[in-house]
Amino acid sequence: MDTQSLTYLFVGLSFSLYIGIAIWSRASSTNDFYIAGKGVHPIANGMATAADWMSAASFISMAGLIAFLGKDGSVYLMGWTGGYVLLALLLAPYLRKFGQYTVPDFIGTRYYSNLARLVAVICLIFISFTYVAGQMRGVGIVFSRFLEVDINLGVIIGMCIVFFYAVLGGMKGITYTQVAQYCVLIFAYLVPAIFISILMTGNPIPQFGFGDTLVNTDTYLLDKLDKVTVELGFNAYTENTKTNIDIFCITAALMFGTAGLPHVIVRFFTVPKVSDARKSAGYALVFIAILYSTAPAVSAFARMNFIDSVQEVNYQEAPSWFRNWENIGLIAWKDKNEDGLIQYSAGNALEGIKPDFSNEKGVSGERVTINDPDMTNDNEVYIDRDIMVLANPEIARLPGWVVALVAAGALAAALSTAAGLLLVISASISHDLLKKTFMPKITEKQELFYARCSAAVAILIAGLFGIYPPGFVAQVVAFAFGLAAATIFPALLMGIFYKRLNKEGAIAGMISGLVITSAYIINFKFLNIDLNSSEYWFLGVSPEGFGFIGMILNFSIAILVSFFYARPPKNVYLMVDQIREP
Amino acid sequence: MYKDYWRSNLKILSILLTVWFFVSFGFGIIFSDFLDQFKISGFKIGFWFAQQGSIYFFVFLIFIYVYLMNKLDKSYKEKMNKNKLD
Repeated sequence: MDTQSLTYLFVGLSFSLYIGIAIWSRASSTNDFYIAGKGVHPIANGMATAADWMSAASFISMAGLIAFLGKDGSVYLMGWTGGYVLLALLLAPYLRKFGQYTVPDFIGTRYYSNLARLVAVICLIFISFTYVAGQMRGVGIVFSRFLEVDINLGVIIGMCIVFFYAVLGGMKGITYTQVAQYCVLIFAYLVPAIFISILMTGNPIPQFGFGDTLVNTDTYLLDKLDKVTVELGFNAYTENTKTNIDIFCITAALMFGTAGLPHVIVRFFTVPKVSDARKSAGYALVFIAILYSTAPAVSAFARMNFIDSVQEVNYQEAPSWFRNWENIGLIAWKDKNEDGLIQYSAGNALEGIKPDFSNEKGVSGERVTINDPDMTNDNEVYIDRDIMVLANPEIARLPGWVVALVAAGALAAALSTAAGLLLVISASISHDLLKKTFMPKITEKQELFYARCSAAVAILIAGLFGIYPPGFVAQVVAFAFGLAAATIFPALLMGIFYKRLNKEGAIAGMISGLVITSAYIINFKFLNIDLNSSEYWFLGVSPEGFGFIGMILNFSIAILVSFFYARPPKNVYLMVDQIREP
Repeated sequence: MYKDYWRSNLKILSILLTVWFFVSFGFGIIFSDFLDQFKISGFKIGFWFAQQGSIYFFVFLIFIYVYLMNKLDKSYKEKMNKNKLD
C-alpha cells in the first residue's frame, strides 16, 4: 500500500476507536460530565492528563522550534514539564480535597465572592480559546498535507469527532478517549525517533543517541551540529543567544502558567482520593517526560538531516518532501545566485519573511513568490518550523507506514487537547456562570443540558477558528501562559497557603495581573511590533516571559490590599483548614 | 497535632522545591554556561540539564513527594486514632 492509503487507514482506525470509546462511556449526570464521577484510576488519569496537555503544539511544533532555536529552545522543555512539580506539590492535592467541579468554583468559594469567580471565568475562557485555535491549525495542517483533503473539510471532520465524544461523554468520554489518544500519539512520536536515532548514531534510545557519535565516525553529533551551524552563519546549536534573565523569565512564565492552566488542573478533580491526585500528577509527568525528553533528540536529528539533505543540492533533484511542502506553501526557495542549487544559511530568504506565492513557475520549476528576495544575506530557503516533526520521517527516508503513523499521532494530540479545553469552557459556562451566578434555580438535568449546549457552541466557535485561522495564533500562545501565571496561579496558591488573603486582595491581585500582562503583550505583539526588541523591554524581559513579572505583581498587590480590609470570615478559615488536612 | 502535620508538610515542600529550582533555573539556566565546560560523552553538562536532566529530576521529585506525603498522612492518621482511643 502507498503512504496515502496507509494514512487513511491509520487515521480511520484511530477515529473509529475514539468513537467506540465515546459510546461505551456516556455521561449520565453532571458529576460524570464535569469530573467523570471521580472514578478514574490514577494511571489512566495520568495518561489522559498527558494527552490533554500534549497538544498539536507539543507534538507538531515543539521539536521543530527547538531544532531552529538550539539551546534557547530549552525554555519549552523545562517550562512545560517543571510546572507539573508545582502542580503536584502546591495545588492538585488541595484542590482535589476541596472537591468541587471547576477552577472558578474554588476561587469563588475561597474568596466568598461572585466577582472573583467571574474574573476567573473570564481568564479561563480567554486562555482556553487561545489554545483551541492552535489545535485547529494543527488539524488543518495534517489533513491538508497527508490526506490531501481541503483544510476546511479536515477541520469539520475533526470537529464532528470531538463533538461526538465531548458532548455525549463529557469528562468521562473525554478521559477514556484521551487514554487511547495518548497511546496513539506516543507510539507515533517514538517510532520515527528511534528509527532516526539508529540510522544516525546506531543508538536505539534517542535520549542517549543525540549525545552519541555519528555512525562510522568519532565525531559527536552535537559537536558536528555546532560546527555546521556556525559555518552557515547561525549561532552554535548548544549555546544560548537570549540573555539569562529573559530565559529565566520565559521558563518561569511557562512553568507557573502550566500550573495555572484550568484544563490541566481540572483533571485532578477526577480521581477518587487526595493521595491519588498526587500520584496521578507523577504518572502524568512520566507520560509527558517520555515525549519531552525525546523531543530535543528529534530536534537535533532533524536539524542535522535537514541541512545534510538540501545543502548544495540541485533543486530539480531535491527530495520529494521538499516539493510536497513547497506545494502547500510551508517551504519556499528563491534562487538568489541563480546557480540552480539550494543554499541554506542564516538570515531571511524573503523580504517580509513569509512567502506569498504567485501562480508562476521559475526557471528550475520552483514556485515563484511575489515578495522580493532579501538580498542582505545568501539564504535561499524559507522553511516553516512547524513542519519539522511531520517531515522528519520523510527527510530520513523512513517507510510509508511510519509517515502514516505520525499523521494519526498528530491528529490524536490535537483532538485530545481540543476536547479537554472545550470541556472546561462548557463547564465554566454552565456551572459557574449559569448555575452559580445567574440561574441558581436550574435542576441538575437542566444544568447538564446547558453544559452540552455550551460544549456544542464552543466546538462551533473553535471550528470557525480553524476554518478562518486568525493570524495571531502563534503570538497569543504567550498570552495564554502569561495570563494563567499572572491571574489563576497566584489566586489558587494563596487561596491554599495564605489564609489571611481576603476577597478584596485576591480580586485586586487578579485584575492587576490580568491588566499589566495583557497591556505589555498587546503593546509589543500587536501595537508596536517594531519596538519588540530587548532595548525597549522592561528589564530585558520579552513578552513571552512577562507573565512571571505579572505574577510577582499579583502576589504583591494582593497581599498589600488585603491588609487594608477585614480578615476573611471564619468559615473560610475553616474551609482552608479542612482542605489542608489529609 | 494538625499544626505539626502542616509544618512537616511545609518542610517537605521547601526542600523539594529548592531541588526543583536548582536543577532547572540553577543548572539549566544560571550556571548552565559554566557547566558547559564539562562534558559527559557528547553532552555539555549545562546543555544536558536544560534539555534532559531537569525533566528526569522533575519526575523523580514528584515520586519522592508522593512517598513522603503518604508516610506523613499515615502517621497523622495513626496519631489521630490513638488520641481518640485515649
